[in-house]
Amino acid sequence: MEFLLSSAIGIMTAAGIYLVLRLRTFPVILGISLLTYAVNVFLFTSGQVTVGAPPILRDGITVYTDPLPQALVLTAIVISFGMTAVVVMIGLGAFLGSDDDHVDDQPDIPEDQTEGKS
Amino acid sequence: MTHWLIAPIILPAMLAPFIVLAARRHIGIQRAFSVAGVVTLIVIAAGLAWGSSDGTIMLYQLGDWAAPFGIVLVGDRLSTMMVLLTAVLALFVLLYAIGSGWDDRGRHFHALFQFQLMGIMGAFLTGDLFNLFVFFEVLLIASYGLMIHAGGNARLRAGVQYVLFNLIGSTLFLFALGSIYAETGTLNMADLANRVALISPDETVGIRVAAVLLLLVFAIKAAVVPLHFWLPSSYAEAPAPVAALFAIMTKVGAYAIIRVYTMIFPPDLEVTAGLHDVWLLPAALVSVAIGMVGVLAAKRLDRLVAFSVIGSMGMVMISISLFSPDGIAAALYYIVHSTLAGAALFLISDLVRTGRADLNLTPQPPVAGAALTAGLFFAGAIAMAGLPPLSGFLGKLLVLDAAFETDHMIWIWVIVLSSSLISILGFARAGSVVFWKAASLGSPEEAPVMQRPATMSYIAVGGLISLLVANTVFAGQVHSYTTTMAAQLFAPEPYISTVVETPGKLSKPVEGH
Repeated sequence: MEFLLSSAIGIMTAAGIYLVLRLRTFPVILGISLLTYAVNVFLFTSGQVTVGAPPILRDGITVYTDPLPQALVLTAIVISFGMTAVVVMIGLGAFLGSDDDHVDDQPDIPEDQTEGKS
Repeated sequence: MTHWLIAPIILPAMLAPFIVLAARRHIGIQRAFSVAGVVTLIVIAAGLAWGSSDGTIMLYQLGDWAAPFGIVLVGDRLSTMMVLLTAVLALFVLLYAIGSGWDDRGRHFHALFQFQLMGIMGAFLTGDLFNLFVFFEVLLIASYGLMIHAGGNARLRAGVQYVLFNLIGSTLFLFALGSIYAETGTLNMADLANRVALISPDETVGIRVAAVLLLLVFAIKAAVVPLHFWLPSSYAEAPAPVAALFAIMTKVGAYAIIRVYTMIFPPDLEVTAGLHDVWLLPAALVSVAIGMVGVLAAKRLDRLVAFSVIGSMGMVMISISLFSPDGIAAALYYIVHSTLAGAALFLISDLVRTGRADLNLTPQPPVAGAALTAGLFFAGAIAMAGLPPLSGFLGKLLVLDAAFETDHMIWIWVIVLSSSLISILGFARAGSVVFWKAASLGSPEEAPVMQRPATMSYIAVGGLISLLVANTVFAGQVHSYTTTMAAQLFAPEPYISTVVETPGKLSKPVEGH
């Protein structure tokens, strides 16, 4: 279980970082989504991996899983979901406006040549 | 328990939805409520700052749950001063936005402005690391909206970069929080301070990683080189009042570094030794150098101001990375100064833009209303470059003085002084090109008549400049207050015991048990 979780976090983080370093908006957003998945699983495991144990107090049970990381993950999921939606909208607006989806600044084109290009 | 401590968060949080829901079609009502809200915020913040000025630690337990199980808000000298600074800055920025008409060029400016204030206030007041993350997200998501306010392709493109960079920062923050929780089992700052001190020196791998990740996150927020790449484009492209408000956002990063690295990972803690002087100080020195060289190299006035913000954050970071009471006191003084100066310069560059075709540093016909604007630019540039008589000079003097006794004194003095010279050159060049060269060109016959900026804009900028003057005149009092703040930061025991030992609902005796 630990191996499965840790390798999943590792692979998702590696793929996420690779995609974040790309030059176009779409792969970068995908990379950020992968990174947020990775960090969600990572947060989930930060309170030790306990399989099949309840997170709330019950009578007659001695083994519990830590409930706090689950609350943290819930917050993190909501926030990252909302943020991804925002960046998709802004990215789409920028792409439709300038017909170019590079994330980096393009070299300055002299003023007289920008006519008809943008 | 007083409820006033949560008022700076609640007030904008209630006002913003009200503005969206009830007043979205009436810019006049929006303006009135927004200004009234910010003025109330100043009054509340001043009350809080007064209440904590005698060293009281104000504690607010949300839902009456005791720390570390519940979330707490804590007001000490540092956080209440930052809240007051934010509220005062917000008032002048808001007046400028209303005077220049920026708030009417897109929708929901005032609502987003209030949400932004809510996030900033919360980040300053919270005593819980995860709550700090949540408030960071609140202020960021409002800032995304403000950043692309009024639209335009260049602004949207810069907005994409800004949002992406900050999303990566948020992800890093979560990684840091996960590792801290895995190592210590708590995220309450005061409780963390107790538990981190218990970690034995041979089991420090996890907490070291966490401390460095956290420093990286706050360094992104504070735009410390090499994590500053998001700043120049986004601040230059953002609407001027928004960029002026963002002047406090880099300080949120600086505040978080001061808070976390004096309380949770103090400089004498063995597990994180070397973080400040080996890593933070060189980065801060490079920030000062790059920021000031950027001032000289910038081709546009707004970019010039953005780079000067990076440089001044570098100054703050140099002073913080000394991690001595003197250094922190100087840093806090400089934070007040550079927030006001940065905001004033962003607004002044917008005054120039109002009366000019663009902000390129090329000779053009005279700026409309040039005499007054040039005078304000002169004052702002003097403050930012650190020349006497304004507070930038005193701030730099304090930083240099704090660095005098340390091992790195030579490096700090050489880099700070030479980069100050470069920034003076940069500002002088920009001022001469924009204001003086224009006079020699004369105004051509067919030039379109540029409108003069509104009087209210001048009042807002003048207010910021006069605050800078006040910060200079009362420098003795301000500095002695920041010294008591630093003393409080370096003796965190009252803070920790107040937070950890105040009982909440759970520990009150219940009848019949």
